[in-house]
Amino acid sequence: MALTLLLGSLPLPSQAGPEEDRLAFVGHYQSLFPEVPIAEYANGIYALDEDARAQWLAIEDFPPYEFSIERGSELWDTSLPDGSQLTDCLGTEINKIRPQYPRYVPNQGVVTLELAINACRSAAGAKRWDYSSGDMIDLTAYLAFEARGQELNVRVPADQPGALAAYEAGKRFYYSKRGQLNFACADCHVTSVGQYVRADRLGPSLGHPTHFPVYRSKLGGMISLHQRFFGCVRDVRAKPFELQSEEFRNVEFFLSYMSNGLEINGPGARK
Amino acid sequence: MKNLLPLGLLVVAQSLLAADDARIAIGKEMTFDRAKGNCLACHRIDDGELPGTLGPPLLAMKVRFPDRAALKQQVCDATIRQPDSRMPPFCRHGILTGEEVDLIVDYLYTL
Ligand code: HEC
Ligand code: HEC
Repeated sequence: MALTLLLGSLPLPSQAGPEEDRLAFVGHYQSLFPEVPIAEYANGIYALDEDARAQWLAIEDFPPYEFSIERGSELWDTSLPDGSQLTDCLGTEINKIRPQYPRYVPNQGVVTLELAINACRSAAGAKRWDYSSGDMIDLTAYLAFEARGQELNVRVPADQPGALAAYEAGKRFYYSKRGQLNFACADCHVTSVGQYVRADRLGPSLGHPTHFPVYRSKLGGMISLHQRFFGCVRDVRAKPFELQSEEFRNVEFFLSYMSNGLEINGPGARK
Repeated sequence: MKNLLPLGLLVVAQSLLAADDARIAIGKEMTFDRAKGNCLACHRIDDGELPGTLGPPLLAMKVRFPDRAALKQQVCDATIRQPDSRMPPFCRHGILTGEEVDLIVDYLYTL
């Protein structure tokens, strides 16, 4: 009897599939902030904070990421060593490229837009770009900009067990405590969303992937989604992971699935 | 002669008080220091600026934690009382020593 009670209170890993997870994830924010329309979550913390939102809208009058989009557009039009262009490899409908990622590919795992770009460059005899390089970030800024208004539509196909495994790994990462400060991503972005850590207000994870890359005024430059992950992992004083590591690609896969249906609105501008 | 003993006691008592004040001042520093407790990140405390809101305001600590050992345990390792606590386990993760937590607790009891 006592044992049954004990076991009954253990937080068993959920048997729910990704779609049940997503509905619960969205529902959590909805119940906390019933007045915020779901589509607004594509704007991160600005969905919740009026003052920060006013400052952000003023910044958006002269978008600080514009230069990055322009550079990205030039890179898009530059021929590769074998005479081909990126469009030959990534697709000709420019607004449909960003929305295809992240996606699961058997034997490769989660393929992000950045991985796909480097694969195309390699195949055409060009040097792979560093994942923190200006070139990579500018090109993804351009592709995000062209895809504005398209919805995130990440799939975890039932006939690919690897896809579910990658999704589950990303989910586990997101909910696991780590680092000297013992924080899970969810401790800040789910449980404490809207609260302040010192002067920083914690934003929702719903919508995290929609607006990247972002221009950060604090840093005076553009950063990728994985660079943001890296920063949050460093802040809890945890073991770092590389940009585009399997761990980070799986978290991107999980978080993008959670944001399915939200519009891509990158590049963004943040504090 | 008759008055000497009480006077002596008074002096001892005063230096003890001074020692307490010093401990409390150090405890406050540990509590606010970003590289030590950084408790302001999550708690409103005293005159601390830009407090966070993740945890409850730290007030009336003697009333809420009459048992010193319980308060020390909460600061040392909040996960003992609440396994999924968002408060870092300061002692277990080597952020603060037991002696540092004692100093912090001295300060908390003035709140
Ligand atoms: C101790 C608190 C804390 C933890 C833990 C944390 N973050 Fe953050 N994170 C922040 C703060 C503060 C910001 C900036 C405000 C905001 O947008 O939420 C932020 C911002 C972000 C952003 C950018 C949001 C935007 O709109 O630009 C992403 C993405 C992100 N975090 C992902 C993660 C992931 C993934 C993890 C776990 C590996 C994580 N965070 C863990 C505090 C945290
Ligand atoms: C990152 C967030 C965070 C930090 C940093 C933090 N706390 Fe907490 N604290 C919490 C939360 C959340 C609670 C609520 C109870 C729990 O989760 O254990 C709490 C609860 C407490 C309580 C119990 C209060 C009550 O009324 O039950 C005390 C005492 C306390 N903290 C003291 C401290 C001290 C002292 C420090 C610094 C050495 C500190 N905390 C640092 C988040 C934090």
